[in-house]
Amino acid sequence: MSAFQRRRTRSDTASTQSLISPVDWRRPGVRWGVGGAQVLLFIGLVVVGLGPLLWLAKSAITPTVDTISNPMSLFPNGTAWSNLSEAWSNVEVGRYFWNTVVLAIGSWLSQILVAATGGYALSVLRPKYARLVTGLLLTTLFVPAVVLLVPLYISIVDPPFIDHSFIDSYWAIWLPAGASAFNVVIMMRFFDNLPREIFEAARIDGAGPFRLFVYIVLPMSRPILAVVSVFAILASWKDFLWPLLVLTNPDIQPLSVRLPTIQSQTELGIFLAAMFIACLVPIGGFLIFQRSFLRGSGLGGALKG
Amino acid sequence: MGAVNVAPSDGNSEPVSMSGRERARAYRRPRRTPVTWVRGGGLTTLLFLLPLLFVFGAFSWYPITRTVIMSLQETNLVQAPTWVGLDNFRAVLNDPLLPTAVKNTLVFAGLALIFGYPIPLVAAVLMSEVRRFRGVFSALAYLPVVIPPVVAVLLWKTFYDGSETGVFNTILGWVNLGPYGWLQSQRTAMPSLVLEATWANAGGTVIIYLAALTGVNSELYEAASVDGASLWRKVWHITLPQLRGVLLVTMILQIIGTAQVFLEPFLFTSGGPANSTLTVLLLIYDYAFGNSLGGDYGNATALSLMLAVFLALFSWAYLRATRAWSAE
Repeated sequence: MSAFQRRRTRSDTASTQSLISPVDWRRPGVRWGVGGAQVLLFIGLVVVGLGPLLWLAKSAITPTVDTISNPMSLFPNGTAWSNLSEAWSNVEVGRYFWNTVVLAIGSWLSQILVAATGGYALSVLRPKYARLVTGLLLTTLFVPAVVLLVPLYISIVDPPFIDHSFIDSYWAIWLPAGASAFNVVIMMRFFDNLPREIFEAARIDGAGPFRLFVYIVLPMSRPILAVVSVFAILASWKDFLWPLLVLTNPDIQPLSVRLPTIQSQTELGIFLAAMFIACLVPIGGFLIFQRSFLRGSGLGGALKG
Repeated sequence: MGAVNVAPSDGNSEPVSMSGRERARAYRRPRRTPVTWVRGGGLTTLLFLLPLLFVFGAFSWYPITRTVIMSLQETNLVQAPTWVGLDNFRAVLNDPLLPTAVKNTLVFAGLALIFGYPIPLVAAVLMSEVRRFRGVFSALAYLPVVIPPVVAVLLWKTFYDGSETGVFNTILGWVNLGPYGWLQSQRTAMPSLVLEATWANAGGTVIIYLAALTGVNSELYEAASVDGASLWRKVWHITLPQLRGVLLVTMILQIIGTAQVFLEPFLFTSGGPANSTLTVLLLIYDYAFGNSLGGDYGNATALSLMLAVFLALFSWAYLRATRAWSAE
């Protein structure tokens, strides 16, 4: 059962009972015990989930001296908004920010292209060898990422058949990003749940595989495309080790790779401002597309489960 | 194909050969030629699959096979690789750092289970019973997951500042504790890493549990309520058993994930102090990329292969051992 169905069932049956029944809620022990625990949990979540971010936001606009000598006080000697502008221009966070954006967009395109076309071919068109390809895909889910690291690196430095190193080329990031079996599998799951009668009807009306894909399957799979997109962009934004290995020229490195160096070369206030800037896109994206994020995470669980 | 095979074998004796040919004709399907394949949409299907086959072939299937080959070779990217048999494996197993790395990785995985396994479960069960603002709860829990890991680690590195005016030491100073060395001391370095990793990852597990909790059949709860079961009994006899499958899977996934911990030791401590946070993945990285003169790719792939095989065997044993318990 997919998370989508689950969600629907839940909203339909919102009135049905969950763990704590209305009768339970009327009991003072339950009311105060569970209610109290929930309030504590809320406070804990605010402190633990939001606290570090609020501290980062505060310290990003606090003079370095104040953050070092008195990290927990709120602007004892005023603010230093200049941290942000200095980080953006003098430390060139602006440039690294755009590098990160370009990397994320390319990785997103490659993941969407592979997952949508591959998932469509494997679960809607279903050629004879689909089972074999699906099996090979699933095995890669079980291979730990570490196994790929060194040979992938070697293939980028010294690719077979081509006499050209892809070190310091964004293609070295974009193309391997597409090889996410997880994306293809959740696409396939979604396509499998689409009613096949629609495909048959389209075929009878004379739509070929291309038209079926562009005019029927893609518009129907908007929610799953949103989930894959959100995770593709987030994963690219988070990536560190791979870009560190294949992008050696600092001018084209993304923020995550530059941050450790920035830390060792600049004062704390400006460094924290740089970190704050690095958080803006993922957090903003999360707040806007919260639904897709949480749905995708739950979906991950359903898939793993 | 089938028709061709049947006819000659039956053609040995005269009377049977007729019936054989008839059978062959009856079995004959329209001949499959490249032309019919293209007309039937085979080419279009392959065209749709092409991006997937190319990307996975080049960046997943090929490197996986290459790992096995490279682990048996001496490669330095300049000369042609030479076959060295099991020498790389021998070299890795004789490396005095390997036992340290394995021990540290086990400690990390163990501590991560103790810190990180029960908390998301308790939080998710409580959150699933929140009647208002449930979205705010899950958003708060998930927030650390969306922060880029590099930012999270470097931010916590600032928090762990060992001086009296470090963030954590300041907070603990309010209740007259500390100051602690956090990352500088061999004893506290690893737990500090685990604490950050738990903070960064627990939110994802909470969301998985929340999704699983909505799948628990509400009739079970209703029946239990009718029977007058207390809240604890319902948690113990309905909620937890219903989550069993998910709980078992998240545990093995967490173990597989923490066995490959890299970012935390790499950025927090670079394996120090005194190798107390050197993990297996850090060792692989050091073999391959730590030396500026050129990597020891053979050793690196040999160790990654051993780790992967160990994890596969472990998962297999785990799934077998818990199969009886997770089914029903």
